[in-house]
Amino acid sequence: MSCDLTQRFVPGYMDGELDLVRTIEMETHLKDCHACAQELEDQQGVRALLRRSSLAYAAPAVLRDRIESSLRASAKADMEVRESGIQWRSVHVWRWAGAIAVLVLFSLSGWQFTARLREPSTDQRIAAEVFASHLRSLEANHLMDVVSTDQHTVKPWFDAKLDFSPPVEDLASNGFPLVGGRLDYLEGREIAALIYQRRNHFINVFVWPDSNETNSIQSVKSRQGYSIMRWSRDGFQCWAVSDLGGSELAGFVRLLENYNSSEPN
Amino acid sequence: MSDTARRERFEQTVLPHLDAAYNLARWLTRNEQDAQDVTQEACLRAFRFFDRYQGGSARAWLLTILRNTCYTWLHKNRQSDSTELFDEEIHNPELSGGADPEVQALAAADKETVNRALEELPDVFREALVLREMEGMSYREIADVTAVSLGTVMSRLARGRTRLRQSLTAELSRGY
Repeated sequence: MSCDLTQRFVPGYMDGELDLVRTIEMETHLKDCHACAQELEDQQGVRALLRRSSLAYAAPAVLRDRIESSLRASAKADMEVRESGIQWRSVHVWRWAGAIAVLVLFSLSGWQFTARLREPSTDQRIAAEVFASHLRSLEANHLMDVVSTDQHTVKPWFDAKLDFSPPVEDLASNGFPLVGGRLDYLEGREIAALIYQRRNHFINVFVWPDSNETNSIQSVKSRQGYSIMRWSRDGFQCWAVSDLGGSELAGFVRLLENYNSSEPN
Repeated sequence: MSDTARRERFEQTVLPHLDAAYNLARWLTRNEQDAQDVTQEACLRAFRFFDRYQGGSARAWLLTILRNTCYTWLHKNRQSDSTELFDEEIHNPELSGGADPEVQALAAADKETVNRALEELPDVFREALVLREMEGMSYREIADVTAVSLGTVMSRLARGRTRLRQSLTAELSRGY
């Protein structure tokens, strides 16, 4: 073993992280080589110093309390978001009345009507989650996990963390620069959140695979001064949310759509 | 799982590692209040992603989230503070054969001096040393938390220890 190599393995040796063969090679080398033995001694000295100085900080009790109470609050907030999607399931009194009404309507209007009845409620629930997630990302000071304006940085970052590979495009030349990405949680799964900027407004774009979806685009909805838009493309379900005006957000989504279709992904 | 059961399981599995999380946050932000804020934020994120936790080391899992939260926070709030990014392959540790008197001088270093020297190390070395020497984590765990290879963990520890020794030696020969 050369000194060059030995010096590289000194930390692993002293921390007991080398395999047996390497360990024996190291021991043989250290017996004969003063420089490497010195390096080992130096590193051991620093390690001992760090350990005996007891430098670790313990979490203050007040922090522990704060976290426990905010966990309770957070669990409650999540429940409220979910409730917006299950309102009429939770109202027991109306359950039977609802079932009867659906039966009557079903017999009157056939499949098409129930299909229409079911779909908006899923969308409404997701819209509520998308909206809550957007607010949370801004409020909790946690917009981004990976900060980069380079789609070639953001995409591999997602690829390493998710079981799917979301399309990532930069629209800087159109005035909507990509500023970063974040892992988020929607519909019971991990999803990609892409963050774009328009002047000083942020746009969250949520993306996850959905093989049932056919390519489509829906009109902008607004909610408490925020615009929300949903579309499907190439097996992905996508949602955009921002405090931008509805027409501006729609323009952004169209840009993203066109980009997707011109770039093979 | 009901919301209460989920929260209780989180409190039993993850919160025991709050000290480790706070310690890493404290060493990365180098400020008590910031460390508290970052730790709280990371714990809430961990709670939201708790369904994704598949067993294994809950400490490593929490510290991974904490670290991401921390760097995002630092990037956002301390833009002037250029986070020193080190490429270990370029900054190869120079093979400085330390002299024996240095080792003896080190033994005299008090806690404050060591603390200061560690705070002044670049982030990547500081976090590796904190995880190894204070949390006693294995190289594998450190590699997972900091998202680098085992070889990089080893070279960061070596480089971190060498730098720490050099700055302590310089400090001690200057100050005492």
